[in-house]
Amino acid sequence: MRIKAQYGMVMSLDKCIGCHTCSITCNNTWTNRPGAEYMWWNNVETKPGIGYPKEWENQEKHKGGWEYKNEKLELKAGGRLSKLARLFYNPNLVDIDDYYEPWTYDYETLINSPAKKHQPVARPKSQLTGEYMDKIEWGPNWEDDLAGVHKTGLKDPNMRGLEESVRMEFEQTFMMYLPRICEHCLNAPCVSSCPSGAIYKRDEDGIVLVDQDACRSWRLCMTGCPYKKVYFNWKTQKAEKCTFCFPRIENGDPTICSETCVGRIRYIGIVFYDADKVLEAASVEDEKGLYESQLDIFLDPHDPEVIEAARKEGISEDWIEAAQRSPVYKMAVEQKIALPLHPEYRTLPMVWYVPPLSPIMGAFDGQQDTLDPNLVFPTIDQMRIPIQYLANLLTAGDTEVIRKVLKKLVAMRSYMRAKTIGKEPDKNLLEVTELTEETVEEMYRLMAIAKYSDRYIIPKAHREHSENMFIGQGTAGYDFMEGCSSCTGMTSDYFDDEGWRDIGGR
Amino acid sequence: MYFIDQFLWLIFPYITLTIFVVGHIYRYNTDQFGWQARSSEFLHKDRNLKWGSTLFHWGIILVFFGHVAGILVPKGFYEIIGISEPLYHWGAIWIGGGAGVITVVGVILLLVRRSTVERIRKNSTRSDFIVLILLSFVILTGFTNTVGYTATGGTFDYRDTVGPWFRGILLFSPNYQLMVGAPIGFQIHILSSFLLFAIWPFTRLVHMWSIPLTYLNRHYIVYRKRNPKKAFKAMERNS
Repeated sequence: MRIKAQYGMVMSLDKCIGCHTCSITCNNTWTNRPGAEYMWWNNVETKPGIGYPKEWENQEKHKGGWEYKNEKLELKAGGRLSKLARLFYNPNLVDIDDYYEPWTYDYETLINSPAKKHQPVARPKSQLTGEYMDKIEWGPNWEDDLAGVHKTGLKDPNMRGLEESVRMEFEQTFMMYLPRICEHCLNAPCVSSCPSGAIYKRDEDGIVLVDQDACRSWRLCMTGCPYKKVYFNWKTQKAEKCTFCFPRIENGDPTICSETCVGRIRYIGIVFYDADKVLEAASVEDEKGLYESQLDIFLDPHDPEVIEAARKEGISEDWIEAAQRSPVYKMAVEQKIALPLHPEYRTLPMVWYVPPLSPIMGAFDGQQDTLDPNLVFPTIDQMRIPIQYLANLLTAGDTEVIRKVLKKLVAMRSYMRAKTIGKEPDKNLLEVTELTEETVEEMYRLMAIAKYSDRYIIPKAHREHSENMFIGQGTAGYDFMEGCSSCTGMTSDYFDDEGWRDIGGR
Repeated sequence: MYFIDQFLWLIFPYITLTIFVVGHIYRYNTDQFGWQARSSEFLHKDRNLKWGSTLFHWGIILVFFGHVAGILVPKGFYEIIGISEPLYHWGAIWIGGGAGVITVVGVILLLVRRSTVERIRKNSTRSDFIVLILLSFVILTGFTNTVGYTATGGTFDYRDTVGPWFRGILLFSPNYQLMVGAPIGFQIHILSSFLLFAIWPFTRLVHMWSIPLTYLNRHYIVYRKRNPKKAFKAMERNS
């Protein structure tokens, strides 16, 4: 057993209102720079739709992720040798038009225009060339709230098996939001695709980062990532990606997208997993078994043996305690209401989702006691978002898992409703959904009350383990004193490659 | 003429090679961020890049080995292993010429793409253009030497002149007079190549030294961990 701590996130899609606050604050914090302006490390997609970049889920086209072939797990875009053979031209690369051509507006004409018969207009101007753009045909979040879904909807790969039953006319279709960030996968294909070894998982917390000094512009990571969450800075010609806001995380603060989420849909915590079992877990032949196999490599932080092993690996007490209180562990492993995004990519992703239930409430038009599970359970199959769609998104097509989760969500509502109005809760209902009263109360506390201190269990990084604080003392200050100039040599060296040690995965 | 000959075939090569070596050491130590291929595929993915880049890179790799075989390996070696003069000549023209065609077509496609696609042109640095133009010049002059001179029966044998001269430069026992009588085409090709060596370390060409062959036997998943012991050592060395 090689135990590692890994940050994860859960997003409760039931609560996402599609306001894009997460995207905006992320963009303001990280990607508000030339060359990065088209990047949305966090974006919110309206589903169904082809998303950002276009058709990112179509792996027949983009060749992202892993595949299990001839009893071997291999990158879908090809192994090491075939990757090197395609260094000079990567046929599977998404280019900037698959995202969109970034533009700004000619705002000056609004101010400088002389008096005219008509209002002056700020024309769009490409940020790539500085030329005016006559017609903007695609942009960030182009499909917001089903815009154009009658054209793009059926190109959504999650629609497979549903083409016959779902209508894409605006009045008849369905809709949900899907906020996305980097998955910080356990079996990260971007890390595996990088020939320079510039992308790595942090041993301490599993955050996936790009070493900007080691990136040589080979751009194979972008193809490797099936979620298309590694971006190419077209000014610096280097890969960039979501950092899980590591400077905030190290300080015990949630990522900026989580911090500013108005729906309070996001949860952050650590889980322990067995790094020796990653390959095995990703190599389960049946795609539908991948969700369970990933659950299996998570370790129970309450198990004395696991605690002992964690201590041996040098994981500190506060981290062990954080793992025990982790909302991610609770929702994914204990309550089993959170599910991984596209487990069939075999990446063992670490941003999980609670599937949305809300549209079912509309099905009764307020006629019945809609929380009566005997009425609601059978209609789960007829709710507006097809079970099959959610299954294609979150369980590699296994509708049974989705049904179970949705039933749990209904059971929780029903139980808490009964409690609030002083009725006797239906215990039988809990049994059917494999829940205990304690778990239901905890689910309720996490999802409905959603206190800040429950949503984010983030142990601080232990700087004292990696730095000699005594030497660092007094090395920063104002310039009229000793200033920083005298210590820059030290600090830059201190953080360069020599301070790191690459250790083998597999 | 004495000084000019000495400058061109003795002083100039050493100056440029010095810049080449020292420049690379300097850049590698001061500019890791800029040490990269500067790929433009993301901005515009087209047929010119697909064919241009693929042909150019594979072509130039072949051409490199051709130069090793023709310039670095002494003529006597071929006699020992039994490759006759006509056989060598045949290989140099047909294999070398073939590689030349591939490279020339590739570099022309790249040149056309960089100067006609607006997005690429506007996002190219001056260095991108200088490198591409100089590289095209070197390739074209080299190619015309092979097909326009050697293949059409030119009597000048670079294996008796350019080869020993170049090896002499590398071994610090140069004989500049070997180059004085070379045809002008060869002279231009060689001088422009040395000019290319001089600007090489300061351009995108440095990515050539970073061919990621270590990828072939690396673990797929890379973990990195803070290593306090190593960090302290680096710190002590610098304090």
